Amino acid sequence: MSFTEIVSLALGAILVENFILSQFLGICPFMGVSKKMDTALGMGVAVTFVMGVASAACYAIDLLLIKLGLEYMQTVAFILVIAALVQLVEMFLQKSMPSLYQALGIYLPLITTNCAVLGVALLNSQNHYNFLGSVVYGVTGGLGFTLAIVLFASVRERMEFADPPEAFEGFPIALVAAGLIALAFMGFQGLSIFA
Amino acid sequence: MNFKKQFKEGLLTNNPVLVQLLGMCSTMAITTTLFNGIGMGISVLVILTCSNIVIALMRKIIPNKIRIASFIVVIAGFVTIVDLILQAFLPDLSDSLGVFIPLIVVNCIILGRAEAYAYKNSVLASAVDGVCQGIGYTVALVIMCVVRELLGNGTFGTGVLGAEGIRIIPEGYPALLVILPFGGFITLGCLIAAAQYYLNRSKNKEVSK
Repeated sequence: MSFTEIVSLALGAILVENFILSQFLGICPFMGVSKKMDTALGMGVAVTFVMGVASAACYAIDLLLIKLGLEYMQTVAFILVIAALVQLVEMFLQKSMPSLYQALGIYLPLITTNCAVLGVALLNSQNHYNFLGSVVYGVTGGLGFTLAIVLFASVRERMEFADPPEAFEGFPIALVAAGLIALAFMGFQGLSIFA
Repeated sequence: MNFKKQFKEGLLTNNPVLVQLLGMCSTMAITTTLFNGIGMGISVLVILTCSNIVIALMRKIIPNKIRIASFIVVIAGFVTIVDLILQAFLPDLSDSLGVFIPLIVVNCIILGRAEAYAYKNSVLASAVDGVCQGIGYTVALVIMCVVRELLGNGTFGTGVLGAEGIRIIPEGYPALLVILPFGGFITLGCLIAAAQYYLNRSKNKEVSK
Protein backbone atom coordinates (compact mmCIF):
# COMPACT_ATOMS: atom_id res chain seq x y z
CA MET A 1 0.00 0.00 0.00
CA SER A 2 1.35 3.37 -0.95
CA PHE A 3 1.46 6.34 1.36
CA THR A 4 -1.33 8.19 -0.44
CA GLU A 5 -3.59 5.16 -0.17
CA ILE A 6 -2.93 4.97 3.55
CA VAL A 7 -3.70 8.66 4.03
CA SER A 8 -6.93 8.53 2.08
CA LEU A 9 -7.95 5.35 3.95
CA ALA A 10 -7.30 7.11 7.26
CA LEU A 11 -9.13 10.26 6.22
CA GLY A 12 -12.04 8.19 5.00
CA ALA A 13 -12.31 6.23 8.24
CA ILE A 14 -12.23 9.35 10.42
CA LEU A 15 -14.41 11.77 8.47
CA VAL A 16 -16.11 10.55 5.31
CA GLU A 17 -17.17 7.07 6.39
CA ASN A 18 -17.23 7.66 10.10
CA PHE A 19 -18.01 4.38 11.88
CA ILE A 20 -20.87 5.80 13.91
CA LEU A 21 -22.29 8.57 11.82
CA SER A 22 -22.27 6.97 8.42
CA GLN A 23 -21.87 3.21 8.91
CA PHE A 24 -23.97 2.78 12.06
CA LEU A 25 -21.40 0.67 13.88
CA GLY A 26 -21.05 1.11 17.62
CA ILE A 27 -24.28 2.97 18.33
CA CYS A 28 -24.82 1.36 21.75
CA PRO A 29 -21.75 2.80 23.51
CA PHE A 30 -22.24 6.00 21.49
CA MET A 31 -25.64 6.47 23.11
CA GLY A 32 -24.75 4.87 26.46
CA VAL A 33 -21.47 6.52 27.46
CA SER A 34 -21.93 9.98 26.00
CA LYS A 35 -23.56 11.73 28.95
CA LYS A 36 -20.26 13.12 30.26
CA MET A 37 -17.27 14.44 28.39
CA ASP A 38 -14.47 12.68 30.31
CA THR A 39 -16.00 9.18 30.27
CA ALA A 40 -16.75 9.64 26.57
CA LEU A 41 -13.11 10.45 25.93
CA GLY A 42 -11.92 7.48 28.01
CA MET A 43 -14.28 5.18 26.15
CA GLY A 44 -13.06 6.53 22.83
CA VAL A 45 -9.42 5.91 23.73
CA ALA A 46 -10.15 2.38 24.96
CA VAL A 47 -12.15 1.53 21.84
CA THR A 48 -9.44 2.95 19.57
CA PHE A 49 -6.85 0.80 21.29
CA VAL A 50 -8.96 -2.36 21.12
CA MET A 51 -9.87 -1.72 17.48
CA GLY A 52 -6.22 -1.31 16.54
CA VAL A 53 -5.06 -4.44 18.33
CA ALA A 54 -8.10 -6.44 17.19
CA SER A 55 -7.45 -5.50 13.55
CA ALA A 56 -3.89 -6.82 13.83
CA ALA A 57 -4.88 -10.00 15.68
CA CYS A 58 -7.83 -10.76 13.40
CA TYR A 59 -5.64 -10.25 10.33
CA ALA A 60 -3.39 -13.05 11.59
CA ILE A 61 -6.35 -15.25 12.52
CA ASP A 62 -7.92 -14.68 9.11
CA LEU A 63 -4.74 -15.83 7.35
CA LEU A 64 -4.68 -18.93 9.53
CA LEU A 65 -8.35 -19.71 8.82
CA ILE A 66 -7.88 -19.32 5.07
CA LYS A 67 -4.86 -21.60 5.18
CA LEU A 68 -6.85 -24.25 7.02
CA GLY A 69 -9.89 -23.79 4.78
CA LEU A 70 -12.09 -22.78 7.70
CA GLU A 71 -13.37 -19.41 6.42
CA TYR A 72 -16.87 -20.19 7.61
CA MET A 73 -15.60 -20.10 11.21
CA GLN A 74 -14.61 -16.44 10.78
CA THR A 75 -17.37 -14.90 12.90
CA VAL A 76 -16.88 -17.33 15.78
CA ALA A 77 -13.09 -17.03 15.72
CA PHE A 78 -13.12 -13.23 15.53
CA ILE A 79 -15.52 -12.77 18.42
CA LEU A 80 -13.50 -15.12 20.63
CA VAL A 81 -10.26 -13.27 19.82
CA ILE A 82 -11.91 -9.95 20.57
CA ALA A 83 -13.36 -11.21 23.86
CA ALA A 84 -9.94 -12.48 24.94
CA LEU A 85 -8.31 -9.19 23.91
CA VAL A 86 -10.78 -7.12 25.88
CA GLN A 87 -10.18 -9.31 28.92
CA LEU A 88 -6.44 -8.71 28.52
CA VAL A 89 -6.87 -4.96 28.19
CA GLU A 90 -9.06 -5.02 31.28
CA MET A 91 -6.45 -6.86 33.34
CA PHE A 92 -3.69 -4.58 32.06
CA LEU A 93 -5.60 -1.39 32.91
CA GLN A 94 -6.55 -2.72 36.35
CA LYS A 95 -2.86 -3.23 37.20
CA SER A 96 -1.26 -0.23 35.55
CA MET A 97 -3.92 2.48 35.29
CA PRO A 98 -6.45 1.87 38.07
CA SER A 99 -7.94 5.37 37.77
CA LEU A 100 -8.95 4.94 34.12
CA TYR A 101 -10.12 1.42 34.92
CA GLN A 102 -12.47 2.78 37.59
CA ALA A 103 -13.75 5.55 35.33
CA LEU A 104 -14.68 3.14 32.54
CA GLY A 105 -16.26 0.65 34.93
CA ILE A 106 -18.90 -1.59 33.37
CA TYR A 107 -18.30 -0.21 29.88
CA LEU A 108 -14.88 -1.81 29.57
CA PRO A 109 -16.08 -5.45 29.30
CA LEU A 110 -18.91 -4.20 27.07
CA ILE A 111 -16.38 -3.27 24.38
CA THR A 112 -16.56 -6.96 23.44
CA THR A 113 -20.08 -6.45 22.17
CA ASN A 114 -19.28 -3.16 20.47
CA CYS A 115 -20.13 -3.81 16.86
CA ALA A 116 -17.48 -1.35 15.70
CA VAL A 117 -14.76 -3.76 16.87
CA LEU A 118 -16.15 -6.89 15.22
CA GLY A 119 -17.22 -4.71 12.29
CA VAL A 120 -13.72 -3.43 11.62
CA ALA A 121 -12.33 -6.98 11.69
CA LEU A 122 -14.97 -8.18 9.22
CA LEU A 123 -14.58 -5.15 6.95
CA ASN A 124 -10.79 -5.59 6.86
CA SER A 125 -11.26 -9.17 5.75
CA GLN A 126 -13.98 -8.26 3.20
CA ASN A 127 -11.98 -5.45 1.64
CA HIS A 128 -8.78 -7.53 1.57
CA TYR A 129 -6.63 -4.91 3.26
CA ASN A 130 -3.04 -5.99 3.93
CA PHE A 131 -1.58 -5.94 7.44
CA LEU A 132 -0.65 -2.25 7.45
CA GLY A 133 -3.96 -1.28 5.89
CA SER A 134 -5.91 -3.28 8.47
CA VAL A 135 -4.14 -1.68 11.41
CA VAL A 136 -4.46 1.81 9.96
CA TYR A 137 -8.17 1.27 9.25
CA GLY A 138 -8.67 -0.07 12.79
CA VAL A 139 -6.87 2.78 14.55
CA THR A 140 -8.33 5.57 12.41
CA GLY A 141 -11.79 4.02 12.65
CA GLY A 142 -11.33 4.20 16.42
CA LEU A 143 -10.24 7.82 16.16
CA GLY A 144 -13.37 8.56 14.14
CA PHE A 145 -15.41 6.88 16.89
CA THR A 146 -13.65 9.04 19.50
CA LEU A 147 -14.27 12.20 17.51
CA ALA A 148 -17.97 11.44 17.11
CA ILE A 149 -18.54 10.43 20.73
CA VAL A 150 -16.68 13.47 22.11
CA LEU A 151 -18.61 15.85 19.85
CA PHE A 152 -21.86 14.18 20.83
CA ALA A 153 -21.01 14.31 24.55
CA SER A 154 -20.44 18.04 24.37
CA VAL A 155 -23.79 18.51 22.65
CA ARG A 156 -25.47 16.31 25.22
CA GLU A 157 -24.01 18.22 28.16
CA ARG A 158 -25.74 21.34 26.85
CA MET A 159 -28.93 19.46 26.12
CA GLU A 160 -29.33 18.73 29.85
CA PHE A 161 -30.67 22.28 30.22
CA ALA A 162 -33.03 22.13 27.27
CA ASP A 163 -36.72 21.48 27.64
CA PRO A 164 -38.00 19.19 24.87
CA PRO A 165 -41.62 18.02 24.52
CA GLU A 166 -42.48 15.31 27.02
CA ALA A 167 -42.54 12.46 24.50
CA PHE A 168 -39.09 13.40 23.20
CA GLU A 169 -37.44 13.54 26.62
CA GLY A 170 -34.31 11.48 27.11
CA PHE A 171 -33.41 9.09 24.35
CA PRO A 172 -35.41 10.38 21.34
CA ILE A 173 -34.07 13.93 21.52
CA ALA A 174 -30.53 12.52 21.80
CA LEU A 175 -31.14 10.54 18.61
CA VAL A 176 -32.35 13.65 16.84
CA ALA A 177 -29.20 15.51 17.96
CA ALA A 178 -27.07 12.62 16.70
CA GLY A 179 -28.93 12.85 13.39
CA LEU A 180 -28.00 16.51 13.10
CA ILE A 181 -24.33 15.68 13.75
CA ALA A 182 -24.58 13.00 11.05
CA LEU A 183 -26.01 15.63 8.72
CA ALA A 184 -23.02 17.87 9.44
CA PHE A 185 -20.64 14.98 8.75
CA MET A 186 -22.32 14.44 5.38
CA GLY A 187 -20.55 17.63 4.40
CA PHE A 188 -17.33 15.63 4.30
CA GLN A 189 -18.67 13.44 1.53
CA GLY A 190 -16.81 14.04 -1.67
CA LEU A 191 -13.79 15.08 0.31
CA SER A 192 -10.86 13.31 -1.24
CA ILE A 193 -7.27 14.35 -1.50
CA PHE A 194 -4.91 12.86 -4.09
CA ALA A 195 -7.83 11.45 -6.02
CA MET B 1 -47.09 -19.20 31.76
CA ASN B 2 -48.86 -16.32 30.16
CA PHE B 3 -48.42 -16.36 26.41
CA LYS B 4 -50.65 -13.37 25.75
CA LYS B 5 -48.80 -11.19 28.23
CA GLN B 6 -45.41 -12.16 26.80
CA PHE B 7 -46.65 -11.35 23.30
CA LYS B 8 -47.89 -7.92 24.34
CA GLU B 9 -44.61 -7.23 26.11
CA GLY B 10 -42.53 -8.18 23.08
CA LEU B 11 -44.65 -6.21 20.69
CA LEU B 12 -45.30 -3.07 22.67
CA THR B 13 -44.73 -2.51 26.37
CA ASN B 14 -41.26 -4.10 26.44
CA ASN B 15 -40.40 -3.88 22.74
CA PRO B 16 -36.66 -4.59 22.30
CA VAL B 17 -36.05 -1.59 20.04
CA LEU B 18 -38.62 0.99 21.10
CA VAL B 19 -38.59 0.47 24.87
CA GLN B 20 -35.47 -1.50 25.83
CA LEU B 21 -33.46 0.55 23.30
CA LEU B 22 -31.37 -2.42 22.17
CA GLY B 23 -30.04 -3.32 18.75
CA MET B 24 -29.84 0.24 17.47
CA CYS B 25 -27.10 -0.33 14.88
CA SER B 26 -28.98 -2.70 12.62
CA THR B 27 -32.28 -0.87 13.19
CA MET B 28 -30.88 2.26 11.61
CA ALA B 29 -28.40 0.80 9.16
CA ILE B 30 -30.41 -1.64 7.09
CA THR B 31 -33.93 -0.19 7.16
CA THR B 32 -33.88 1.31 3.68
CA THR B 33 -36.17 -1.17 1.90
CA LEU B 34 -38.96 -3.43 3.14
CA PHE B 35 -37.12 -6.50 1.82
CA ASN B 36 -34.08 -5.77 3.98
CA GLY B 37 -36.18 -5.11 7.06
CA ILE B 38 -38.21 -8.32 6.82
CA GLY B 39 -35.10 -10.39 6.00
CA MET B 40 -33.15 -8.99 8.91
CA GLY B 41 -36.12 -9.27 11.28
CA ILE B 42 -36.73 -12.93 10.48
CA SER B 43 -33.02 -13.79 10.69
CA VAL B 44 -32.85 -12.26 14.16
CA LEU B 45 -36.11 -13.97 15.17
CA VAL B 46 -34.73 -17.39 14.20
CA ILE B 47 -31.36 -16.85 15.85
CA LEU B 48 -32.92 -15.39 18.99
CA THR B 49 -35.36 -18.30 19.37
CA CYS B 50 -32.71 -20.98 18.76
CA SER B 51 -30.13 -19.43 21.07
CA ASN B 52 -32.78 -18.89 23.76
CA ILE B 53 -33.74 -22.57 23.58
CA VAL B 54 -30.14 -23.82 23.72
CA ILE B 55 -29.17 -21.49 26.55
CA ALA B 56 -32.27 -22.42 28.55
CA LEU B 57 -31.39 -26.10 28.03
CA MET B 58 -27.85 -25.55 29.26
CA ARG B 59 -28.59 -23.03 31.99
CA LYS B 60 -27.82 -25.52 34.78
CA ILE B 61 -24.53 -26.65 33.20
CA ILE B 62 -23.05 -23.24 32.34
CA PRO B 63 -21.06 -21.88 35.30
CA ASN B 64 -22.03 -18.37 36.32
CA LYS B 65 -18.58 -16.89 35.79
CA ILE B 66 -18.14 -17.76 32.14
CA ARG B 67 -21.77 -17.42 31.12
CA ILE B 68 -21.31 -14.39 28.83
CA ALA B 69 -18.53 -16.10 26.87
CA SER B 70 -20.66 -19.25 26.56
CA PHE B 71 -23.66 -17.24 25.36
CA ILE B 72 -21.54 -15.57 22.69
CA VAL B 73 -20.24 -18.89 21.38
CA VAL B 74 -23.79 -20.31 21.14
CA ILE B 75 -25.05 -17.16 19.41
CA ALA B 76 -22.08 -17.03 17.03
CA GLY B 77 -22.76 -20.63 16.03
CA PHE B 78 -26.37 -19.89 15.06
CA VAL B 79 -25.40 -16.66 13.30
CA THR B 80 -22.91 -18.59 11.16
CA ILE B 81 -25.61 -21.10 10.23
CA VAL B 82 -28.07 -18.37 9.22
CA ASP B 83 -25.33 -16.48 7.36
CA LEU B 84 -24.44 -19.55 5.29
CA ILE B 85 -28.12 -20.33 4.56
CA LEU B 86 -28.74 -16.77 3.36
CA GLN B 87 -25.62 -16.83 1.17
CA ALA B 88 -26.80 -20.04 -0.44
CA PHE B 89 -30.52 -19.38 -0.93
CA LEU B 90 -30.99 -15.60 -0.79
CA PRO B 91 -27.75 -14.11 -2.18
CA ASP B 92 -29.46 -10.77 -2.93
CA LEU B 93 -30.48 -10.32 0.69
CA SER B 94 -27.08 -11.47 1.87
CA ASP B 95 -25.41 -8.85 -0.34
CA SER B 96 -27.58 -5.96 0.72
CA LEU B 97 -27.37 -6.73 4.45
CA GLY B 98 -23.62 -7.30 4.10
CA VAL B 99 -21.63 -7.07 7.27
CA PHE B 100 -24.74 -6.69 9.41
CA ILE B 101 -25.55 -10.43 9.24
CA PRO B 102 -22.36 -11.56 11.03
CA LEU B 103 -22.79 -8.56 13.30
CA ILE B 104 -25.98 -10.11 14.71
CA VAL B 105 -23.51 -11.84 17.08
CA VAL B 106 -23.02 -8.58 18.92
CA ASN B 107 -26.64 -7.47 18.61
CA CYS B 108 -27.45 -6.60 22.21
CA ILE B 109 -31.02 -7.95 21.90
CA ILE B 110 -29.90 -11.56 21.67
CA LEU B 111 -27.26 -11.36 24.40
CA GLY B 112 -29.65 -9.28 26.48
CA ARG B 113 -32.47 -11.85 26.29
CA ALA B 114 -30.03 -14.69 27.01
CA GLU B 115 -28.84 -12.93 30.15
CA ALA B 116 -32.16 -11.50 31.32
CA TYR B 117 -34.52 -14.32 30.39
CA ALA B 118 -33.23 -17.60 28.96
CA TYR B 119 -30.62 -18.12 31.69
CA LYS B 120 -33.34 -17.99 34.36
CA ASN B 121 -36.41 -19.59 32.75
CA SER B 122 -37.65 -22.90 31.37
CA VAL B 123 -37.05 -24.00 27.79
CA LEU B 124 -40.63 -23.49 26.61
CA ALA B 125 -40.94 -20.05 28.20
CA SER B 126 -37.60 -19.02 26.69
CA ALA B 127 -38.65 -20.20 23.24
CA VAL B 128 -41.87 -18.18 23.48
CA ASP B 129 -39.89 -15.20 24.70
CA GLY B 130 -37.54 -15.52 21.73
CA VAL B 131 -40.43 -15.58 19.25
CA CYS B 132 -42.24 -12.64 20.90
CA GLN B 133 -39.16 -10.43 21.18
CA GLY B 134 -38.19 -11.37 17.63
CA ILE B 135 -41.61 -10.33 16.37
CA GLY B 136 -41.31 -7.05 18.29
CA TYR B 137 -37.94 -6.40 16.66
CA THR B 138 -39.28 -7.27 13.19
CA VAL B 139 -42.29 -4.99 13.62
CA ALA B 140 -40.08 -2.07 14.66
CA LEU B 141 -37.82 -2.69 11.65
CA VAL B 142 -40.77 -2.90 9.27
CA ILE B 143 -42.21 0.41 10.52
CA MET B 144 -38.80 2.06 10.05
CA CYS B 145 -38.49 0.57 6.55
CA VAL B 146 -41.95 1.62 5.40
CA VAL B 147 -41.48 5.20 6.61
CA ARG B 148 -37.97 5.61 5.24
CA GLU B 149 -38.68 3.94 1.92
CA LEU B 150 -41.85 5.96 1.36
CA LEU B 151 -40.34 9.33 2.24
CA GLY B 152 -36.88 8.71 0.84
CA ASN B 153 -37.60 6.77 -2.32
CA GLY B 154 -41.33 7.26 -2.81
CA THR B 155 -42.03 3.53 -3.10
CA PHE B 156 -43.57 0.80 -0.97
CA GLY B 157 -42.43 -2.81 -0.68
CA THR B 158 -39.28 -2.83 -2.83
CA GLY B 159 -38.17 -6.43 -3.28
CA VAL B 160 -41.32 -7.81 -1.65
CA LEU B 161 -44.01 -6.56 -4.06
CA GLY B 162 -42.02 -6.68 -7.29
CA ALA B 163 -38.44 -5.62 -7.82
CA GLU B 164 -39.23 -1.90 -7.98
CA GLY B 165 -42.03 -1.83 -5.42
CA ILE B 166 -45.17 0.26 -5.82
CA ARG B 167 -44.50 3.92 -6.55
CA ILE B 168 -46.61 6.15 -4.33
CA ILE B 169 -44.84 9.50 -4.48
CA PRO B 170 -43.90 10.51 -8.05
CA GLU B 171 -40.24 10.63 -8.97
CA GLY B 172 -38.40 13.84 -8.16
CA TYR B 173 -40.37 14.57 -4.99
CA PRO B 174 -39.04 12.08 -2.38
CA ALA B 175 -36.32 13.39 -0.03
CA LEU B 176 -33.28 11.17 -0.47
CA LEU B 177 -32.05 12.46 2.89
CA VAL B 178 -34.37 10.07 4.73
CA ILE B 179 -32.54 7.05 3.28
CA LEU B 180 -29.17 8.50 4.36
CA PRO B 181 -27.77 8.06 7.90
CA PHE B 182 -29.28 11.37 9.01
CA GLY B 183 -32.76 10.05 8.24
CA GLY B 184 -32.06 6.85 10.18
CA PHE B 185 -31.34 8.75 13.38
CA ILE B 186 -34.31 11.11 13.03
CA THR B 187 -36.81 8.40 12.07
CA LEU B 188 -35.82 6.21 14.99
CA GLY B 189 -35.93 9.22 17.32
CA CYS B 190 -39.47 10.05 16.24
CA LEU B 191 -40.56 6.41 16.45
CA ILE B 192 -39.26 6.05 20.02
CA ALA B 193 -40.89 9.37 20.90
CA ALA B 194 -44.20 8.02 19.59
CA ALA B 195 -43.80 4.88 21.71
CA GLN B 196 -43.00 6.99 24.78
CA TYR B 197 -46.03 9.18 24.11
CA TYR B 198 -48.31 6.16 23.85
CA LEU B 199 -46.91 4.47 26.99
CA ASN B 200 -47.07 7.69 29.02
CA ARG B 201 -50.68 8.24 27.99
CA SER B 202 -51.78 4.72 28.86
CA LYS B 203 -49.96 5.01 32.20
CA ASN B 204 -51.74 8.31 32.96
CA LYS B 205 -55.07 6.73 32.08
CA GLU B 206 -54.48 3.93 34.56
CA VAL B 207 -53.57 6.43 37.28
CA SER B 208 -56.67 8.56 36.70
CA LYS B 209 -58.88 5.48 36.84
